[in-house]
Amino acid sequence: MKPASFDYIRPGSRAEILAALAAHGDDGKILAGGQSLVAAMNFRLARPEVLIDINGTKDLDYLQPSGDSLAIGALTRHAAFHKPVVDGPLGPLLAKVVRNIAHYPIRQRGTFTGSLAHADPASEWCLVATTLDAEMLIVNAEGERRCRAGDFFKGTFTTAVGAQDLLAEVRLPLLDDGWRSGFYEFSRRAGDFALAMSLAALKLENGRITEARLGVGGVADRAIRLHALENELAGKAPSRELFEDVAASAKAAIKPSEDIHASADYRRDLIRTVVLRALTEAAA
Amino acid sequence: MANKHVITLIVNGKDYTLSVEARRTLADALRDDCGLTGTHLGCEHGVCGACTVLVDDKPVRSCLMFAVQAEGCSVRTVEGLAKGDALHLLQKAFWENHGLQCGFCTPGFLMLAAGALEADPDLSEEEIRDILSSNLCRCTGYQNIIKSVCLAANEMRACPPSADR
Repeated sequence: MKPASFDYIRPGSRAEILAALAAHGDDGKILAGGQSLVAAMNFRLARPEVLIDINGTKDLDYLQPSGDSLAIGALTRHAAFHKPVVDGPLGPLLAKVVRNIAHYPIRQRGTFTGSLAHADPASEWCLVATTLDAEMLIVNAEGERRCRAGDFFKGTFTTAVGAQDLLAEVRLPLLDDGWRSGFYEFSRRAGDFALAMSLAALKLENGRITEARLGVGGVADRAIRLHALENELAGKAPSRELFEDVAASAKAAIKPSEDIHASADYRRDLIRTVVLRALTEAAA
Repeated sequence: MANKHVITLIVNGKDYTLSVEARRTLADALRDDCGLTGTHLGCEHGVCGACTVLVDDKPVRSCLMFAVQAEGCSVRTVEGLAKGDALHLLQKAFWENHGLQCGFCTPGFLMLAAGALEADPDLSEEEIRDILSSNLCRCTGYQNIIKSVCLAANEMRACPPSADR
């Protein structure tokens, strides 16, 4: 239960981080919060040759609303979201979701952006990013590129971030006042990995849903945004029957993963339940 | 032989200069290099919470942080809670309310509760329960731990601990 030896670098600026990544390539690994990485290193499931600790670069820890989005830096901790960080519906949505991420001490160190770069299928932030179509800023020594959540997640623990890249910033769309959200997660114990979870956001005008976002996480190799069901919700008045239909369609649309915690059949039932509860909360 | 780093940790207000490999966890450095064995190690992967200490006043798992990362930070362990013979209000409440049996998890629970209550003295019982779900206890069934922390929280609100640490 002790990690293998590694070299430790603590850059003091973004330029130094990128230089270290360029120099060490596949042997280098970014250490941000370390709440997944160090556990994996203690088990020796991960054995990086070089750890590039970005905790010395304090200006990566920021939350900046700009234009129609909220920019989140590479060192912003989960705990920063315990209280709403922006006016409007996005702040409370993130504050609701963050309570489901591991436990209080883990949330003091773990980072938002680190969760996305790690891409655990049961990550709450990955579900938020996928459902709200976050924009990622990936930088390396050569330059930078932007990528939407739909193209970012490639599968379990796999993303568009390459060995020499830093996921420097993530932007979430600021939701205007017409939006309301619901989130529901099922796990075996408080703070444990989600067996299934759903995030729903509905824009309501004059008693009708004008736009919808609906995602499910913890049930496949990555979070899933249900575009077809979003279209089914749009234009209709929220009702129990509508939400029951959409939840049943979600259950039918997803082929869930199977593991020691839950069979595919059980997860299918959970999908129906979490979608129904997330939608119901959003419309309440 | 892997490179060693010479670092200075500030633990409970006292400087400890150590020579450690980068892979040395903060928990191991506290126990084996500083001789502060009050911090216990259970699972070594962040689940049990026995190794919880305060780093810059925030409760963290010292098994998921390397000692080199804590250089320059203020680290507080269970050894720093009491002032001489005067127990911290949390320790007193655990003692009086049977908040421990074997005591293995106790340092972690004390530091978790101390950090959470310093950050927000007005935590409700529901919030305290949620925060205490972070750590594992195999003896008490948790009820007396919750009771101890809630009672200590009341006393800490009535009589806030002095700022000196």
